[in-house]
Amino acid sequence: MSEMTYGAAIRSAIEWEMDRDPRVFIMGEDIGVYGGAFGVTMGMVDRFGKERVRDTPIAEEGIVGAGIGAALVGMRPIVEMQFSDFIMNAMDQVVNQAAKIHFMFGGRMSVPLVIRGPAGAGTGAAAQHSQSLEAWFHHVPGLKVIMPAFPDDARGLLLSAIRDPNPVVFFEHKLLYKLKGEVNETDEGLPFGRGIIRRYGAHATVVTYSLMVHRTLEAAEHLAKKGWDIEIIDLRSLVPMDVDLVVESVKRTGRLAICHEAVGRGGVGGEIAARVLESDAFDYLNSPLLRISGLNTPVPYSPPLEQAFMPSVDRIEQTLEAWLTQEVTSQ
Amino acid sequence: MTRSAAQPLPQASTLEESLRWLRIMLTIRRFDETIDELFAQGKVHGTTHLYIGEEAVATGVIAALQPGDVVTSTHRGHGHNIALGGDINAMMAELLGRETGYCRGFGGSMHIADQSLGNLGANGIVAGGLPIAVGAALGFQLQQQSQVVVAFSGDGALNEGAFHEAANLAAIWKLPVVFVVENNQYGMSGSVKEMFALGHLAERAAGYGIPATMVDGNDIFSVWEAAGQAIETARSGSGPSLIEAVTYRYKGHSKSDANRYRSREEIQQWRQRDPIDHLKEYLIANGADGSSLAQIQREVAQAVADALQFAESSPWPDPSMLEDAVYAKEDGTHV
Ligand SMILES: Cc1ncc(C[n+]2csc(CCOP(=O)(O)OP(=O)(O)O)c2C)c(N)n1
Ligand SMILES: [Mg+2]
Repeated sequence: MSEMTYGAAIRSAIEWEMDRDPRVFIMGEDIGVYGGAFGVTMGMVDRFGKERVRDTPIAEEGIVGAGIGAALVGMRPIVEMQFSDFIMNAMDQVVNQAAKIHFMFGGRMSVPLVIRGPAGAGTGAAAQHSQSLEAWFHHVPGLKVIMPAFPDDARGLLLSAIRDPNPVVFFEHKLLYKLKGEVNETDEGLPFGRGIIRRYGAHATVVTYSLMVHRTLEAAEHLAKKGWDIEIIDLRSLVPMDVDLVVESVKRTGRLAICHEAVGRGGVGGEIAARVLESDAFDYLNSPLLRISGLNTPVPYSPPLEQAFMPSVDRIEQTLEAWLTQEVTSQ
Repeated sequence: MTRSAAQPLPQASTLEESLRWLRIMLTIRRFDETIDELFAQGKVHGTTHLYIGEEAVATGVIAALQPGDVVTSTHRGHGHNIALGGDINAMMAELLGRETGYCRGFGGSMHIADQSLGNLGANGIVAGGLPIAVGAALGFQLQQQSQVVVAFSGDGALNEGAFHEAANLAAIWKLPVVFVVENNQYGMSGSVKEMFALGHLAERAAGYGIPATMVDGNDIFSVWEAAGQAIETARSGSGPSLIEAVTYRYKGHSKSDANRYRSREEIQQWRQRDPIDHLKEYLIANGADGSSLAQIQREVAQAVADALQFAESSPWPDPSMLEDAVYAKEDGTHV
């Protein structure tokens, strides 16, 4: 066990796999000597060389497509999006190509490709550099979608992502890169599709992932002082999703809230809610469900506006408390 | 430049090899004519893009490839797969949506791939295969292998952003890719005259520092020679090239269309320069006998008829296969 940051844990996973498997390489914009916009690949080019830590032109569609092609001839590429927002420039390659090649060609080909990059608001980067776009990819059959909240999960899930025979969209949260935690630098990947209960509680289940895990945990501590006992599930992996864990939890607590930073409308929260309503946990629900999410706006720039956009610890705490004490509508 | 039939065969191609090319071109034509008929009868649904008139391009380019080389194909991809030696039974079955098809009926006309022959896949997205071709070439380069990638595209694809990004990547990394642009004069209806402010599409390559040539795409020998040079350049590590193969599609863009964007006369003029007729004349002038050509034609017709028979007697796929088909459980077969 060693303590490292979330960013370093991601680097550790990439380096581990590059050491272990000569087929693995990484490409992206300014990932070489510059070390990547968030420093994730810092120093890697010195260790692995420019071929395997490959600086690319500013051409997201080109490099995602190049990742697919390299995967099809036996490589295991990792493509970094400098900001995950820029994946929109590569949507054809992600959605129409990578996600569909295995299925559409009858199952004989696979695309072992990782597309990773920083997501999320909170850095003042404004509307085009701050989004949480996971719902878009969650909607596309053929992609797996991973959003870790802690350094050890980031490392273990990224190892699994690189080893997975499918295209994996791996979103890191910008505000988590400096978060420190204990990480076991072993060869063991963390399986996809397994959520984890971060906090046990009897009064309500809050399902969340990525940065919001930390904020709901903090809000839950405040609520504990007021006598509320909240259970928090960190999904970690959105596709595949650990629906069973959520259902079992809701059956124990009788209440379901969902918290994510992405805008609420059309968000993953709707899917989580539907999966619970379709399950036998429906009969155990004692109240309307609650979604706490980003506002239905682009991410604004000015600090008070940006803070209003993202669920804050205060907003989470107050909304949960109001919901727990009386029925409130989603906001 | 078009060769006249009176010229001798180019040195490297034997009469036997040329007869093999003729067989491939006739197979492509007969296959797509059959698809055209099946479409009219409602036996093939969805959409399909016929390669009729353009057979010399796929056949000539692919004849210059070596085992282990790969191609990325397009929506107009039947010819590429047949020229690679593809199984026409499985192709026909795929178009008829049967379980015995190349993709078990999951793909259809625009999604036929055969990695065992080096076909990384047709593509329903115009220019969608170009970045993938570049990535395959990058993979070969990283593996220090000498395989070459041919990226087929239409003229219309050159106006997609994906072409720009792919061409630049191939150029800066000196990747072993040959971009083969099948300039059949039109996208769906938009003519190259309207959609390009360039005299020749090949000129665009200069902007990427990529050498380019323009060839008569209806003359298989010209195509084969140009492809051979470009493929050799790529294999020797000297980077990508672009070939503009000037050709023409006889049939509508997809299925049939009303030809409102072109004249009957224009179609007739191009039919005078038919790539298959041209090769036949050539072969006869160089000593092939007419009866053996007729024999090939009969064999091809029989093979396509057999493929149809195979497809029509094949079972439909079972929808229960769908759920398990989305994610790979293990690595696929790689080239
Ligand atoms: C991204 C995208 N845009 C539009 C289409 C619809 N479409 C299919 S083929 C085609 C024309 C393509 O022209 P070209 O590249 O010259 O190929 P050709 O059909 O002439 O072989 C169009 C517009 C598509 N399939 N994909
Ligand atoms: Mg065209």
